[in-house]
Amino acid sequence: MTRYIAQRLLILPFLMVIYSFVIFLIIQAPPGDFLTAYVATLASSGSSISADQIAALRHQYGLDQPFLVQYFLWMQNLLHGDFGLSLEYQRPNADLISEQLGLTLALALFSFVLTWAIAVPAGIYSATHPRSLIDHVLTVINYVGVATPNFMLALILMWMAFAYFDINVTGLYSPEFVDAPWSFARVGDLLFHIWLPGLVLGIAGTARLSRIMRANLLDELNKPYVVTARAKGMREWRLVLRYPVRLAFNPLVSTIGWYLPALFSGSLIVATVMNLPNIGPLLLRALINQDMYLAGGILLIYSFLTIVGTLLSDVLLALIDPRIRVES
Amino acid sequence: MAVAGSDAEDRVAVASNWRLVWWRFRRHRLAMISAGLLIFMYLIVLAPDFFSVQDPERTDARQAFIPVQMIHFFDDGSLSPWVPTITGKRHPVTLRMEWVADPARKVGVRFFARGYSYRVLGVFETNVHLIAPADPTQRIFLLGSDRLGRDQWSRIMHGTQTSMTVGLVAVALSVILGVVLGGLSGYVGGKTDQVIQRIIELLQSVPTIPIWLALSAALPRDWTPIQVFFAITVILSLVGWTTLGREVRGRFLALREEDFVLAARLAGCSRMRIILRHMVPTFASHIIATSSLAIPVMIINETSLSFLGLGIRPPAISWGVLLQEAQNIQTLALAPWLLTPGLVVIVAVLAFNLVGDGLRDAADPYSN
Amino acid sequence: MNQETPLLQVRDLRVSFQLDEGVVRAVDGTSFDVMPGQVLGIVGESGCGKSVTMKAILQLVDRPGQIDTGEIKFVRADGEMVDLAKLSARGATIREIRGGEIALIPQEPMASFSPVHTVGDQIIEAILLHSHRWEKDGHKITRRAAREITVGLFRDVGISMPEQRVDAYSWQLSGGLRQRAMIAMALSCKPRLLIADEPTTAIDVTTQAQVLALLRDLQVKYNTAIIFITHDLGVIAQMASYVVVMYLGRVMEQGPVDAIFHAPKHPYTRALLRSIPSMYGQTRVALPVISGTLPHPFNRPPGCAFHPRCADVMPACSVGVPRLLPVGDDQLASCFLHHDEAEPV
Repeated sequence: MTRYIAQRLLILPFLMVIYSFVIFLIIQAPPGDFLTAYVATLASSGSSISADQIAALRHQYGLDQPFLVQYFLWMQNLLHGDFGLSLEYQRPNADLISEQLGLTLALALFSFVLTWAIAVPAGIYSATHPRSLIDHVLTVINYVGVATPNFMLALILMWMAFAYFDINVTGLYSPEFVDAPWSFARVGDLLFHIWLPGLVLGIAGTARLSRIMRANLLDELNKPYVVTARAKGMREWRLVLRYPVRLAFNPLVSTIGWYLPALFSGSLIVATVMNLPNIGPLLLRALINQDMYLAGGILLIYSFLTIVGTLLSDVLLALIDPRIRVES
Repeated sequence: MAVAGSDAEDRVAVASNWRLVWWRFRRHRLAMISAGLLIFMYLIVLAPDFFSVQDPERTDARQAFIPVQMIHFFDDGSLSPWVPTITGKRHPVTLRMEWVADPARKVGVRFFARGYSYRVLGVFETNVHLIAPADPTQRIFLLGSDRLGRDQWSRIMHGTQTSMTVGLVAVALSVILGVVLGGLSGYVGGKTDQVIQRIIELLQSVPTIPIWLALSAALPRDWTPIQVFFAITVILSLVGWTTLGREVRGRFLALREEDFVLAARLAGCSRMRIILRHMVPTFASHIIATSSLAIPVMIINETSLSFLGLGIRPPAISWGVLLQEAQNIQTLALAPWLLTPGLVVIVAVLAFNLVGDGLRDAADPYSN
Repeated sequence: MNQETPLLQVRDLRVSFQLDEGVVRAVDGTSFDVMPGQVLGIVGESGCGKSVTMKAILQLVDRPGQIDTGEIKFVRADGEMVDLAKLSARGATIREIRGGEIALIPQEPMASFSPVHTVGDQIIEAILLHSHRWEKDGHKITRRAAREITVGLFRDVGISMPEQRVDAYSWQLSGGLRQRAMIAMALSCKPRLLIADEPTTAIDVTTQAQVLALLRDLQVKYNTAIIFITHDLGVIAQMASYVVVMYLGRVMEQGPVDAIFHAPKHPYTRALLRSIPSMYGQTRVALPVISGTLPHPFNRPPGCAFHPRCADVMPACSVGVPRLLPVGDDQLASCFLHHDEAEPV
């Protein structure tokens, strides 16, 4: 088991190198470099910059170097914790990212917990009461939930809150707390506001997850070991929770691997629409303004979170499933 | 009774696989309705102009944010469809235009009437529309108008063409990639399998939306809408093929050990013949079911990308592009009909999911 | 022998399945008795309703199946007689009987253990569920004691290294060991009736012989009654003292094992016996088969269900359903060759 985890951990840096290279390729791909964009921005605001200054800046950022050299320079800086300087904000990227990272993670984890807390019991109920009224209702909610894009749901909720209740539900804090220092009141305010985006972000996942749980459990309920357990004289609900639910749970755990990345991805859109302090909108701005090192840094963080998510789900699966644990 | 029963049995016994799939699919009422809906939507894809009321690009600043004009079919008990005239008045304090429906002044609406002229599939020219105002100089807005006074209804028709095509083309690309690479992986095995499996794992663990955004942001700004369209579909299918690839590989691995494949090999069938004539038909229905479930995912992704401004770009129209107009909550409160493209997205995705589920259940005619 | 009270009496049991395509009458008026300590063999082709009958005894028939009519009278350990068919499938009484008084040895030992729990864990659970049977001086049995009992059971059923095997997962055991563990679980609460549902079909012939020998020994040792379900007449001959032959949910014939093998009265039993290869038979002669095929469950033939395939078919056979009536010493058959009483319509 320890060997298995160690093996997986060893692959991690290797994967990060592959990702970083691909990311660098992508952020380098737009024609021109970010200085071109910078000059254009300056020009549009009326100020200008001399050709010498541009050349100096180009040299300073290593933009006159060949692609691979630039990549290695970038990597070298990254290894020293230097994510470079944001062109648009004129601040270190590391600061910009770390300011938003905490809440990005908090939102994703909150959605994750919410999703599982709703989806698993709903799936179990649907599978043990197939074709019941609640099963049908859940099925309808599930279909609509999967079919509604995140941002659509956010838009509809925001519009209804605004049009009918005159509340603005954007942001994660009430206005008085936006720049306030951390306090219990601020945390309380955050918990009050995180609900809506958490729900919006989690609804599609909840729908999908409870469908998976339902299907898995329906399969498991037909397995002979359920008959064996019944023939032992077990109480039905205890039996269901102890055997088939336990087995139906395993494939669910393996979905963490793609669900966490999907949450990070999804939070990008929801955060943009709902104007949340999140690295998603930061990335979007960076991409549009060709603030390449900021974009690259954020993409790397996303990839890292994704790999860690996959790793977590694999380890968790090995922990709860003896068939995997013993064989690895 | 007994005779009829055995007749039914015989009918089942000699029916082809596809026929059995069809029989089972037919029993899903919701899937059948959804399939009908999708066929209708693809009719719109073929000739969006026929379903449009006016030119989707026609702007008129004086007719911005006109609310929905409800269509009434009966006039004084006789069948004669009409919509009420909308008259605008500027609010004395807010200076905002306020539109009021005036049912006393009716604008007659005709089916299969003449309007602006267009080409069907780029071949023949016509000016017949499904719905059009009886008086061609009048403008009617069945789903309201946007901030530039463009007709939302007609724009949704054209958005349908783009979005539904993106979904279809992206999935078609995914299927080609998935079947070829997954098949290669499963049939050849060994090193090839290892390499393809690692690539799939790598692609599946990518945080999709950020990478897509970055890729779309990397598209040159001066590309034509058509170029952007194809680039977006390629970007979408880049990750989309992996699920199918996995499935195909799994099927190949399982089938390789089957007796009928061994029998075919011993009978001297060529490798290509074994794959195409013996193996692929056994899981073709699964591929179709899986791909019909992949289309809605593609549609949601395209809509999301375009909504964020990094997908299909104006002047091209897609559902996502239309929804960009609904980004501002204040505007939305003023003109909630700007959300209608979103409802179309939900309905389309729902229909695809229902058809896909129906197909998946029907794909295994021998189960149950 | 007939004076004794049967441990289990099944009377005119009917179980049906409501499917989308129609109603399947899986068990259609089955009756038989099980005496205390008797090994009863139930034989029939697959789909004849033998497994469903057994599930009905334990109230384990799954939706969409249901027990329509009939009685399943069982004498409990305290002498009280209960009708299992009338019990609620989730009630306390049936849960006490399941595992505690009637235990099941299922068909597929591989799939019948949960793969994510150790076999020991699952057997200990069975013991703890019926812990009152093990109570001493009012003390509840501890988990540790239950584990000791499990190890002892493993030794009894001939599992080597029982202490280690208790902590194994089912997929780490061989097919034979798995079935032995299953038998250990079934015996854990000293049931008065054991239902063995084709316990040897999923394992190889050598192991099969060992498992059968084990079951015979244990039966003698504990004097447990066993209902032994199989489609294998050879196994029946080795195990059972009394045999019930079923076809399409009905009992065709029943009698002592000697009478069934040497003086079968029903054409179906005769046909079954003819289709067994004999060591003394002629070589290069095709083995006789029962003509025709098993009818589709939705198209049950009218009258005697076997008549379309019967060699001795008469006009009456397609009209009435023959009753199960005595045709000899302790032997009953439902066939118009031997009587002309039909079931009341």
